[in-house]
Amino acid sequence: MTSFRIEGGTLIDRNDVRSFTFNGTKLSGFAGDTVASALLANGKQVVGRSFKYHRPRGILSAGAAEPNALLTIGRDGRRDPNTRATIAELFDGLEARSQNCWPNVDFDVGAVNGLLGPFLGAGFYYKTFMWPAAFWEKVYEPIIRKAAGLGRAGYDPDPAYYEKCWAHCDVLVIGAGPSGLAAALTAGRSGARVIIADEGGQLGGGILAEGGMIGDKPADATLADIVGELHALPNVEIKTRTTIFGAYDDQVFGAVERVQKHLPESAINPDRAMERLWRIVAKHTILATGAEERPIVFGGNDRPGVMMAGAMRTYLNAFGVAPGKRVALFANNNQAYQTAIDLEARGIEVAAIIDPRTCPNTRYQGKARHIAGAMVRDTDGRKGIKSITVRHDDGRDEVINVDALAVSGGYSPIVHLACHRGAKPVWSDQHAGFMPPETSDGMTPAGAVAGNVGIASCFDAGAKAAVAALDALGFSAQPANLLGSDKSDDIRQDIVALWSVPSSMGKAFVDYQNDVTAGDINLAMREGYDHVELAKRYTTNGMATDQGKTSNVNAIGILAENKGVSPGEIGTTTFRPFYTPVSFGALVGASKGFEFQPVRKSPLHGWAVRNGAKFVETGLWYRSSWFPKDGETFWRDSVDREVLNVRSNVGICDVSTLGKIEIFGADAAEFLNRVYCNAFLKLPVGKARYGIMLREDGLVYDDGTTSCLAENHYFMTTTTALAAGVLTHLEFCAQVLWPDLDVRMASATDQWAQMAIAGPKTRDVLSQIIDDDISNEAFPFLAAREVSMFGGRLKGRLFRISFSGELAFEIAVPAGYGESVADAIMAAGKEHGIAPYGTEALGVMRIEKGHVTHAEINGTVTPADLGMGRMVSVKKDDFIGQVMNLREGLVDPSRPALVGIKPKSPSDKFATGSHILNVGDEVSLENDQGYVTSMCHSPNLGHAIGLALVKGGPERYGEEVVIWNGLAGSAVAGIICNPAFVDPENEKLHA
Amino acid sequence: MMRYSALSLLGNAFSKNKNWKPAWRNPDPKPHYDVIIIGGGGHGLATAYYLSKVFGVRNVAVLEKGYLGSGNIGRNTTIIRSNYLLQGNNPFYEFSMKLWEGLEQDFNFNAMVSQRGVINLFHSDAQRDAYTRRGNAMRLHGVDADLLGRDQLREKLPFLDYENARFPIMGGLMQKRGGTVRHDAVAWGFARGADQHGVDIIQNCEVTAIDREGDQVTGVQTTRGAIKCNKIGMAVAGNSSHVAGMVDMRLPIESHALQAFVSEGLKPFIDTVVTFGAGHFYVSQSDKGGLVFGGDIEGYNSYAQRGNLACVEHVAEAGMAMIPALSRVRILRSWGGIMDMSMDGTPIMDRTHLGNLYFNGGWCYGGFKATPASGYCFAHLLAKDEPHETATEFRMDRFARGYLLDEKGVGAQANLH
Amino acid sequence: MSSLVKCPHCGLRPREEFAIRGEVATPRPKAGADESAWFDHVYLRDNPRGEHREYWHHAGGCRRWLVLSRNTVTHDISDVVDASTLKVGGDA
Repeated sequence: MTSFRIEGGTLIDRNDVRSFTFNGTKLSGFAGDTVASALLANGKQVVGRSFKYHRPRGILSAGAAEPNALLTIGRDGRRDPNTRATIAELFDGLEARSQNCWPNVDFDVGAVNGLLGPFLGAGFYYKTFMWPAAFWEKVYEPIIRKAAGLGRAGYDPDPAYYEKCWAHCDVLVIGAGPSGLAAALTAGRSGARVIIADEGGQLGGGILAEGGMIGDKPADATLADIVGELHALPNVEIKTRTTIFGAYDDQVFGAVERVQKHLPESAINPDRAMERLWRIVAKHTILATGAEERPIVFGGNDRPGVMMAGAMRTYLNAFGVAPGKRVALFANNNQAYQTAIDLEARGIEVAAIIDPRTCPNTRYQGKARHIAGAMVRDTDGRKGIKSITVRHDDGRDEVINVDALAVSGGYSPIVHLACHRGAKPVWSDQHAGFMPPETSDGMTPAGAVAGNVGIASCFDAGAKAAVAALDALGFSAQPANLLGSDKSDDIRQDIVALWSVPSSMGKAFVDYQNDVTAGDINLAMREGYDHVELAKRYTTNGMATDQGKTSNVNAIGILAENKGVSPGEIGTTTFRPFYTPVSFGALVGASKGFEFQPVRKSPLHGWAVRNGAKFVETGLWYRSSWFPKDGETFWRDSVDREVLNVRSNVGICDVSTLGKIEIFGADAAEFLNRVYCNAFLKLPVGKARYGIMLREDGLVYDDGTTSCLAENHYFMTTTTALAAGVLTHLEFCAQVLWPDLDVRMASATDQWAQMAIAGPKTRDVLSQIIDDDISNEAFPFLAAREVSMFGGRLKGRLFRISFSGELAFEIAVPAGYGESVADAIMAAGKEHGIAPYGTEALGVMRIEKGHVTHAEINGTVTPADLGMGRMVSVKKDDFIGQVMNLREGLVDPSRPALVGIKPKSPSDKFATGSHILNVGDEVSLENDQGYVTSMCHSPNLGHAIGLALVKGGPERYGEEVVIWNGLAGSAVAGIICNPAFVDPENEKLHA
Repeated sequence: MMRYSALSLLGNAFSKNKNWKPAWRNPDPKPHYDVIIIGGGGHGLATAYYLSKVFGVRNVAVLEKGYLGSGNIGRNTTIIRSNYLLQGNNPFYEFSMKLWEGLEQDFNFNAMVSQRGVINLFHSDAQRDAYTRRGNAMRLHGVDADLLGRDQLREKLPFLDYENARFPIMGGLMQKRGGTVRHDAVAWGFARGADQHGVDIIQNCEVTAIDREGDQVTGVQTTRGAIKCNKIGMAVAGNSSHVAGMVDMRLPIESHALQAFVSEGLKPFIDTVVTFGAGHFYVSQSDKGGLVFGGDIEGYNSYAQRGNLACVEHVAEAGMAMIPALSRVRILRSWGGIMDMSMDGTPIMDRTHLGNLYFNGGWCYGGFKATPASGYCFAHLLAKDEPHETATEFRMDRFARGYLLDEKGVGAQANLH
Repeated sequence: MSSLVKCPHCGLRPREEFAIRGEVATPRPKAGADESAWFDHVYLRDNPRGEHREYWHHAGGCRRWLVLSRNTVTHDISDVVDASTLKVGGDA
């Protein structure tokens, strides 16, 4: 160990040595270290480079606000870029690398940007790179983009597992510092369900940095007592390493728990989550998030070795790490003096305390030289601080040699979660900070976030806030007294705001990571970007990965000072999730890769698999698309065979994915009559009817058949795509529009296995398994009723409907019988040449018949556009879409209408999505005549055929046009024709 | 007024950047203007810019209730494209693209127009067919469009999930000229340009009422006093219904919140704009390194510029389904804007029932890319009282008459567009 | 309140279980009403900043259509009822 590790350190275990690498160098630390504390202990002062000027940067903080020490940790699929060293817990074998530097962090070529500083002020890029005109895209921008970013993300897959949970509680305590602990204990003792969450690995917050006594007991003993009791309370759930990142409506909080982020790869349990997303629902929340110490803006304030005073104290007391041998403190408030006291207690020389206030802090009794009314205006040292230049109140400069500088410009309450829902924080001169807004929706701030100073005061505030909250929730509670005595350590901050040192030499940084200086803020003001949001956006202040935790209030202060107004008048920028960045992995949980969405399988899926089906995703469904036989290597070989087999023999197709809705009730017929545009009131029992459903805007929504199975009992089928949508629509109609109708409905899509059996030999096959008479006389086209099967062993529903245009039936059986029935049909059909066919063959046959699907029903067509205008009832009083269907634009004769289309030369091919142009017309959007909605190769006709929506529609049968596909560079001569390419007289259908 | 040039940069560098002048004035409102534009967002500022620069109408005020550019111009995903399907839309968005292409030289402000390409992925035959139809519509109008197969995609976008995807990627429709623009800079560039041509940009000036006499408007009441005018143009998308309500207009519009996101800064990771076809997700990488991405609207009417966690999760899920390597990329910040969701998904730019009140709104979540053309065409309408040739179909009466411009074909439900 | 909704049938449920249709427009016109009444019903919306009545469908629960009274600025829900009880859809 180097000399920077000294004795003490409440968080580390010196018996558990952990080795790690930093930029390839092997180093070691202890269990309990963060990467930052271990680096400091090893004397690594320069850990990263800034974004714009590539300035060497050290560790500024000891927590979530860290703007400088961003490292890439891990590699391959476990590579975490931009990880704050101050949060990352050290584990054995950890690999950390600096970012944004080349060739290395100690010598970075990019630092040349620093010399160009005068050209690279705020918003410089908006004023430049414009000459010559063509150079922006070709030269400048690629260079800028190459320079972008901090860490590098890999393309390797992440092997880790993630998950999501809900949690509910009466009281959520956010932050486990003194106020949070007191609140949690108070609430826990009352019996309320409590969740206490803290981003750290251990409970304690600010107590962990305390070296001395709390009340009459050592700080660590006090903490151990509290934590012990909380663990023992069964109604208290403790979540460490858990960051509440966002406050959403209804007291729902988003939180991420870093379950195994602190473990070496060898210790990671692959079955446990790496990170876990929590949605926490709270009845009341105690916001005990503490306050963030602010830097002061002065020349050279970014030099490695400059550190927040509170962070320095944390490294000293919690990790046993000395910041240096000779330290100065630059602070404008009393609390920061505790750092000097603790440093001296550990034998580290405090060279000077520079305090801009003219009244000295009377509580400090140490040895350090106390310079009142003074400010640090500059620092010096190449890779780390060697000296500071102090400007005395009489204007005299003094150089003081130091190897570390502690800075405290005051404390900014961590109000984010109180503001995520739009409330604005409130400026307080007394606290020189923006305080949490007055909120009425169940959130109480307590502790440092509310301006309390010191452990005792925070204990008290937390306990009292909890009592008030519990009272409102109906729990009887007593404030937990954690001090063990009445002794109060009421500290007066006596803060005098100091944002920026006016006499600063050189660059004085406001936003460290984005390299925004006080000069940049001033420039933004001069140029008119003086609103706090404009200043932010123009300078990028507060837009770095720390989201301005250390920089925003200083920027506001500088703006306020320059305008001569209160910071409250300037106001803050908007607080938005995420409090600290959250990984995609955590937000996604288990819904990734193939599990992104669930898979729906038809009840006949197993049958299709056994018959060699190739499947295609259709929404969530897998549908069998074709069934290749031996020797068929090209999909169309199979499809053509399946089509020809149906047209000449018989085929079987799984149509189970079509939406199925059971509809019951005395008014079911009236209901159907109102939701379809064609008549349904008099559909007799035992009959099916094709129906078109419009939206209220008069355009076609969906189509399908509905059968009357018994009096007041109907069975509706929908398209696969709109099964859920149609049910929702019907429920809206029934519940909202016509609640007086006696009608009920339920989805039965998954309850039935349904298959189409089609082809001239269909009856020969089905009559073997269906007991009822299915002759054309007994079971004519559009008959629909329950039938007995297998000698009475099974009941099924038989429908004489056809999408292929062949003699066809659809048979539905309870889902569990599906595969057996399909097998039986296959067996019965063997001698008739039965073969399964898939959605591709189905698609070919429906195009050959001119039947439409959602390729044509694309949400912009009327029934008339589809050639079904005469189906729209002119007799009904009312149906959905009746009136709007008659609007001028929907009956305009120039609307595209459905036609068939075929190539003039049978060997020519064309694609769906091609547009139609008149022969001889110039290629232009104005001359667009329509487009091909569907196409296929027709094995029956031996050439390509298609359906199209074309202006003029059926009036243009026989006309030659150009089928234009600019994307493919093709233009094919085509002939508009009747869309019924096969059996236009429907003779097969009625056979 | 100061022109940005290599020389001005050099001079200011040597004078420690102390001599830069304000990019715009901060005037008090005058008692009367020829034209008042309500709304100092992208569209309002662009309208004022073109009114003053192209159409010679210079006695113009832009009234902004907050700071300039405080609306959706500063809270979007910065994407520009002209890959539209319908005849009523395509020429307008292509006009906008052409304006983007010359914008920096035109207003002497580098808004960092970056034509890095926009690729829409497709995952099924039906989607491919729809994109073929769209791509051909673009080509018919002379807009660049290319249909990419899986292999071409692999070359350009090696990080997509080709192996284990629930919805395998089949290909994509690319518009090479699509890309991104630095969004805030667009507002600033138009504001600075408009100001230079004499337009008064009046911030912190909320319109509280619109004065009427008969079927004409005469001026507005604002938090900075009454202002008279000859014509009013509304460009307050997100709040259109609210402002239209001042003159008793009800609109075919609902206001919805849309969240967008940015990740921590990363070294170059993704080179184009990519949209997912099996979920709501679109992403690009900013010049600063953050992945900028978004998804679907929240689904409920909202005027609060924020969203909910459920939507955040859906966006992240779709993102990772497309790019598995995002797993360890951390999302830095979310934000929310309010969209004017029109009932057919297409904007409205038209006269109103009041003779000298003009409406511009209903941009859904496509308003950013339209900014220059929206400004140009709205200025045309305000100056000449007739629509620009590329914006003739954005009429208010198209809903009543049935001449809808529904690119998605989902009908009269605002939150589906 | 747009994270959790108190369904009158199922209790407090997360937003993910619901599908949202939009504003409760003017009632569905009666048969014979003219086109302008239909245009108003199908297309025009009040879209207020503030209190708003809208249709939510408990798609992942009881599958009932609900009418929420919800503030579009604060997202607070003041009332949730089963839509059938209000007869807001019209009575054609």
